[in-house]
Amino acid sequence: MANAISEPGKAPASLLGQAIKEAVFTGLLTFGLFLLYIGFKTDQDISNALIIYGRPGLLAIFVGIAAVGRFLMVLFVHPWAKARKDARAEVPVHDIEKSPSLFHKHFLKIALVALLLYPPVIVSIYGFQGSLKFVDNFGIQILIYVMLAWGLNIVVGLAGLLDLGYVAFYAVGAYSYALLSSHFGLSFWLLLPISGILAAFWGMILGFPVLRLRGDYLAIVTLAFGEIIRLVLINWTDVTQGTFGVSSIPKATLFGIPFDASPGGFAKMFGLPMSSAYYKIFLFYLILALCMVTAYVTIRLRRMPIGRAWEALREDEIACRSLGINTVTTKLTAFSIGAMFGGFAGSFFAARQGFVSPESFVFMESAVILAIVVLGGMGSLTGIAVAAIVMTGGTELLREMEFLKHIFGPDFTPELYRMLIFGLAMVIVMILKPRGFVGSREPSAFLKEKKAVSGSFTKEGHG
Amino acid sequence: MSGETLLKVQGVETYYGNIRALGGVDVEVKKGEIVSLIGANGAGKSTLMMTICGAPQARSGSIIFDGTDITRMPTHLIARMRIAQSPEGRRIFGRMTVLENLQMGAGLDNMKYFHEDVERIFTMFPRLKERINQRGGTLSGGEQQMLSIGRALMARPKLLLLDEPSLGLAPLIVKGIFEAIKKLNQEEGLTVFLVEQNAFAALKLSDRAYVMVNGKVTMSGSGRELLANPEVRAAYLEGGHH
Repeated sequence: MANAISEPGKAPASLLGQAIKEAVFTGLLTFGLFLLYIGFKTDQDISNALIIYGRPGLLAIFVGIAAVGRFLMVLFVHPWAKARKDARAEVPVHDIEKSPSLFHKHFLKIALVALLLYPPVIVSIYGFQGSLKFVDNFGIQILIYVMLAWGLNIVVGLAGLLDLGYVAFYAVGAYSYALLSSHFGLSFWLLLPISGILAAFWGMILGFPVLRLRGDYLAIVTLAFGEIIRLVLINWTDVTQGTFGVSSIPKATLFGIPFDASPGGFAKMFGLPMSSAYYKIFLFYLILALCMVTAYVTIRLRRMPIGRAWEALREDEIACRSLGINTVTTKLTAFSIGAMFGGFAGSFFAARQGFVSPESFVFMESAVILAIVVLGGMGSLTGIAVAAIVMTGGTELLREMEFLKHIFGPDFTPELYRMLIFGLAMVIVMILKPRGFVGSREPSAFLKEKKAVSGSFTKEGHG
Repeated sequence: MSGETLLKVQGVETYYGNIRALGGVDVEVKKGEIVSLIGANGAGKSTLMMTICGAPQARSGSIIFDGTDITRMPTHLIARMRIAQSPEGRRIFGRMTVLENLQMGAGLDNMKYFHEDVERIFTMFPRLKERINQRGGTLSGGEQQMLSIGRALMARPKLLLLDEPSLGLAPLIVKGIFEAIKKLNQEEGLTVFLVEQNAFAALKLSDRAYVMVNGKVTMSGSGRELLANPEVRAAYLEGGHH
C-alpha cells in the first residue's frame, strides 16, 4: 500500500482509476448543486416580463473546475501530502537541522541584487514606456507596503502592541510633505526626515493615553486614533482642503535635478529622450533604499537593549518591569519609531502620487498592512516582505486578468474580488501556517559560535 | 547571621480596589539571611512580595530597602535598586531563547558582567546550558523555574525575592532548586526572601520565617522554632497540603 502512494510521479492504474471515478462523481455533484444557481438565470425583458435563460457555458466551467480539481487532488496532492507526512515521521527529530543550501544562505543578498537589477531588466525588455507599469504598479506599490509593514512590525511584531490605526502615521507623513512643500517650497530631502519626525511625534501622542492598555482595548483606541486623524484631514478644510485633497505636490529631485522637461531637468541634462519612466525608476530606487534603511534599523535595534526590551515586553510586561525595564519609555519608543517609518513612507507616497486626499488613508489600509504583518509572521522581515508581495502584487495581478472577461462576460471586474480573495488567502494561510509564512523567531543572542536552533525545538504548539 | 537590616516592611496595607489584601504587615530581612514567608492560599504572601516590588503599591505603611524608602517607587526603579524577583508563575519570556532570557536580566549593568554571570548560572544549573538556544516556552517546568531564578540572578541582586519556586514541580527538582538557593546564600552571601506553600522545605532552609494568615503576620521565629511549633505543624505541615 505504501509504495502505491509514496510515488506520486508514476501513479498506478488503481489510483488513476480512483481519481477518474472521484472526478466524475464530483462533477456530477457540482452539476446537481449549481444547475439551478448557475445554469439558469432569470431576468426582466423590455416589457418587464420575467424571462429565463440558460448559462450552460458557465455551468460547464464550474463543473470542469470541480472535477479537474478533485482529479488532481486525488492523483497528486493527497499522495504528496501523505508522502511528506511519512517522511517527517521517519526522520529522527534532530536530523531536521541540515545545513542550509547556498540559495538559502545568501537569500537576502540574492533578493537585493534582483531588486537592484529589476528596473534595467524591465526597461531592456519593455522599453522605457512599457516599463512604467512594472516599475510603478509592481515595484513601487509593493515596496511601499513592504516598508509600511516593516514599520508596523516594530509596533505589532516586536513590541506586541496591536495597532489598528497605523495608517494615521502614513497620513501624517503624506500631509506633512504635501503641505510643507506646497506652502513653503521645501525640498523632498529636507521634508523626508521632517515628516518622519512629525509622525514619530504623533506616535508618542498616541502612545501616552494607551500606555496602560493592552490587547483588545489598545486595538480599539488605536483604531479610533486612525479615524480621528482621517476626520481631521477631511474637516479641517482651511489647511487640508478636505476631501478635495492636496494636489500638484512638488516631485522629489535627484540631488537638486528635477525630473521634468525643463533645460535643467534629468532627461535634458543626460541627453535622453523625455519620458516619465526616469522619475518612476528613481522613485523605485528611493523606496528600495528607504526599505533597506527600515530593515537595517530593525535588525540593529533587535540586537540592542531597546529591541530586546520590545520583544520581552511582547512576552510579559510584569516580568519586564521586575527586571528594571521602564515599560513606559519602551512602549513610547516602539510607537514613535514605528510611526516614523510610516511617516517616511507617507512622504514618499505624496511625492510619488503628486496628490493626497483622505481617501488614501482609510481603515482598510491599516487592516491590509496589519494583515501583511500577521500573514508574514510577526517579527520576521523576510516573511513580511513575501506577504507584501503576495498581497499587493496579487491585487495588481488581478487588474491584469483581462482574459477572465472572456469567460465571465464583459461586466466582470476581477479587482472587485480582491477582498474576497484576500480573505480566502488569509484563512488558508492561517490554517496552514498559524504563525505566518515565517513563523519561527530568529534568536538575537548567541554565545561564542552561532548554532542553528533545530526546528523541532523552536516550535511552540499553536499560535 | 544577624547583620544589618536590608529590607524593612512596616505596617504595610495593600488593597485591590476596596478589598484589603494586606492589613498592616511588618517583616524584616537582614543581610545574608534566608527568610521565608509561609501561609495558606490567599493569605497575601504573593501580594506582599508584589507590594515590595511596587505593583501594587502599598496604601499605607513603609518599605525601606538598604536605607532608601521604596514604598512609592515605580517597579522598574525598585528593580534597579537590585531587588530581583523570580515571580509567581515564573514569567519567563516564552518565545525568547534561554540565553536571551538571561540577557534580559543583565540589562542593569549594561551587560558588563554578562559572560561571567552566564557561566556562573550555567555551573549552578547545567540543564540550562544544554538548552541554551532553546525557547523558554519549550522548557519543562523545573527548567523554567531555574531560568527564572537564573534571570533574576543576572541582575546581581542584593535581595532575591522568590515566589513559590516549588510550585508544580516534582519533589526531586524542588530539592535541587532549594539546594541551589542554599548554596547561593552560603557561598555568595545572597539575601533571599522566599514565599512558599511548601512549608516544610521552606522552614528547613530558612534562618527565620514568618507565618501569614488573612493578610497579617501571625507568627515569626527561626525556621527551627516554627518547625517545632505545634500550631504551625497542625496548620501547614500535617494533613492536607505540603
